[in-house]
Amino acid sequence: MFHFILRRLASAVPTLFIVVTISFFLMRFAPGGPFNLERPLPPATMENLMKAYHLDQPLWNQYLNYLKNAVTGDFGPSYIYKDNTIAELIGKGLPYSVKLGSFALLFALIGGVLVGTLAALRQNSFFDFLTMSVATTGVTVPNFVVGPVLLLIFSLTFSLLPGGGWGDGSWPFLILPVITLGLPQLAVFARLTRGSMIEALHADHIRTAKAYGLPSRSVVITHAMRGALLPVVSYLAPCAAALLTGSAVVESIFTIPGVGRYFVLGAINRDYTLVMGTVVLVAIFVIVFNLVVDILYGLLDPRVRHD
Amino acid sequence: MYFSKFTLTTAVAASLLLGAAPALAEAVLHRGNSGEPQTLDPSQTSLEIEAFILKDLYEGLTIYDAAGDIVPGAAESWTVSDDGTVYTFKINPKANWSDGSPVTAEDFIFSFRRVEDPKTAAGYSNILYPIKNAEKVNKGEAKLEELGMKALDAKTLEITLERPTPFFLQLLAHQTALPVNKASLEKNGAEFIKPGKLVSNGAFELAEHVQNDHLTAVKNPDYWDAANVKLDKVIFYPTEDQAAAVRRFEAGEIQLVYNFSADQIERLRASYGDQVHVNPALSTYFYSFDTRVEPFNDVRVRRALSMAIDRDFLSREIYKGAQLPAYSLVPLGITNYGKPEEPDFATWTQIDREDKAIELMKEAGYGKDGKQLEIEIRYNTNPNHEAVATAVADMWKTVFGAKVTLSQIDISAHYAYLKEGGKFNVARAGWTADYADAENFMTINMKKNPTFNYGRYDNPEYDALVEKSYTEKDPAARSKLLHEAEAMVLRDQPIAPMMNFGQLWLVSNKVKGWVDNGSNDHLSKYFSVTE
Repeated sequence: MFHFILRRLASAVPTLFIVVTISFFLMRFAPGGPFNLERPLPPATMENLMKAYHLDQPLWNQYLNYLKNAVTGDFGPSYIYKDNTIAELIGKGLPYSVKLGSFALLFALIGGVLVGTLAALRQNSFFDFLTMSVATTGVTVPNFVVGPVLLLIFSLTFSLLPGGGWGDGSWPFLILPVITLGLPQLAVFARLTRGSMIEALHADHIRTAKAYGLPSRSVVITHAMRGALLPVVSYLAPCAAALLTGSAVVESIFTIPGVGRYFVLGAINRDYTLVMGTVVLVAIFVIVFNLVVDILYGLLDPRVRHD
Repeated sequence: MYFSKFTLTTAVAASLLLGAAPALAEAVLHRGNSGEPQTLDPSQTSLEIEAFILKDLYEGLTIYDAAGDIVPGAAESWTVSDDGTVYTFKINPKANWSDGSPVTAEDFIFSFRRVEDPKTAAGYSNILYPIKNAEKVNKGEAKLEELGMKALDAKTLEITLERPTPFFLQLLAHQTALPVNKASLEKNGAEFIKPGKLVSNGAFELAEHVQNDHLTAVKNPDYWDAANVKLDKVIFYPTEDQAAAVRRFEAGEIQLVYNFSADQIERLRASYGDQVHVNPALSTYFYSFDTRVEPFNDVRVRRALSMAIDRDFLSREIYKGAQLPAYSLVPLGITNYGKPEEPDFATWTQIDREDKAIELMKEAGYGKDGKQLEIEIRYNTNPNHEAVATAVADMWKTVFGAKVTLSQIDISAHYAYLKEGGKFNVARAGWTADYADAENFMTINMKKNPTFNYGRYDNPEYDALVEKSYTEKDPAARSKLLHEAEAMVLRDQPIAPMMNFGQLWLVSNKVKGWVDNGSNDHLSKYFSVTE
């Protein structure tokens, strides 16, 4: 197991390198630059700016410098948010995104597995039909509709919850963004769980367990669940990486100071270093969560062993 | 700083203990500021939303009052030499930094040199170019010490200009001309703008800054005019999502909202009446014609296309009155300029304009009876710009039978293309005044300004008139020269002015002291809030 983890971490290095390289050059091929704004800058000003940020150097030189600094954890200054380095921007925003994303993930996972299991046990019943229709709607209705509708009901109409902002990070501020962010994922988890649970319930070992007269609760929870959770667990990695690195839409609807917005703002503003920072961030999250999922797989499925 | 934090905590604790008795309640203004500031460093700033914060924290030599007129700021008075090139400022004897030290002439010299230092790479360094040698310093051709500024004594500052600049006092009220504290900068380096470190000389000082959540400024007890500052605290929220900003206003969480979607105007007016403000701005929305490209090199074609644009329709249907129809280059509301020039067709009905446009187009050999007009409209991605382009395309199609295609790209790529001299047919652009003077709008059509003159309009007569206005000392004669220049642009239509922007504000009726003004300067020191 230990060797497996080491091997996987070692293989992350070339992956990150390729990700950084591709995004560095892709970003530079986009027309425009960080200092092309609606109000055009005079040539002298532009020249000073390019010099100050070393953008006047040959591209390969900039690339090598970027790599060299990145290795030491220096991801450069932001060209747009000039008071901050990329490390500062992400360092400040990430805790908000992670906190919000973790709650959303928990909400989606627990809610999804629960709803999916219940639907599977009552297959083709009214409950099954109802929850799966809601789940389908949950996947298709975008969060920029769900968020404002929730705000309209709970904030503007009944004044039960604040209309946005992080406040002190307590639950009244969190509840609506968590639901908005988690709902589509909850729906995915519910559908995955339902499908694999139905399959698991028809498996031979479950039939045997039932024939032995084991109580049905124990059959479902200890035996069927283990197999049924495998597809859920494999979806966990991309889902966790996406939720924990923030959502531009949800953060903007609820004015939450996370890192989600930087994905969009970085690209629109051609804030090269910010784009690179966010790309590296997501890459790391994806790599780590894929590893976690593979380990979980080993624990859940006796056929998978990491030796 | 320590004192103010102490009183703050006490006040909050007291109000909690006493169940928020009104007598003890703090006066707090919650400002929706439409976006996160990119910097709090006056040398790096480029955005209006930064100006709102910076001008509360720092104070320049001159400031705009609530009505948008220039009044003394850190300088209590000034004199101008007869030839208009030497300004002598008396700094307010009571003007202090938030650490208690006095604001001096040297502070401004240090700050302005810093802006012009090429190493600082200040985005708005050209705002101070009228100062002697500023441009040379900024280009690395002269030493910092050669900048035309001198401290006659601790509180007297002499600034020498390259040439008379009638709008110099307006320039000094720009956020780039705000002073920074030398001692703090030398001690803290790039960290000097962080809460707890920032030393400023404005009505408020920085208490807290949680990026993308809020920025809190508290009353600065060391400010010279502190006795007249009625707010204890201003909290700026970076309400980037305009719909979210409106929701928070409606929920009573914020009392001022800057910028909201124009399609909300009618609904908001119905619910909030005169709390909805359309503040006419010194800003023009126009289409630029590429004068290097056929047939747009023909003034008849440009005039005909411009005439066929139904500006009333755009203003009424697309912007719901949030932008006003415009025919002039210079917007209304510049006091020393008066009523801007208008092209002849401004007073005609749209039907007459279209008839005349068809005639002109025929003369030029294009239109329904002539060569097929093929036009591409370029604009930066934005739903409103798209609606405008679609409507204009339809107007040109109907009037001239033109084949119009639309091409959109994001804002950075759009302006990079235009600036670098890329050829086009018709391109959307806008210009917002950096300072309240007509000259600022004239420069965008001058040959020597290829960066701003997208369509490469080349008219030596026009350039000469603008150049002449720089040396004209008599304000009336100067205004006349600029009027002549404007008339020339409107005759040739290298650009088709279409609308004047309105700045959209929601101002809660709990906020007192608000005045709409063209320069869109709204210092919090003029506001108070009622419960």
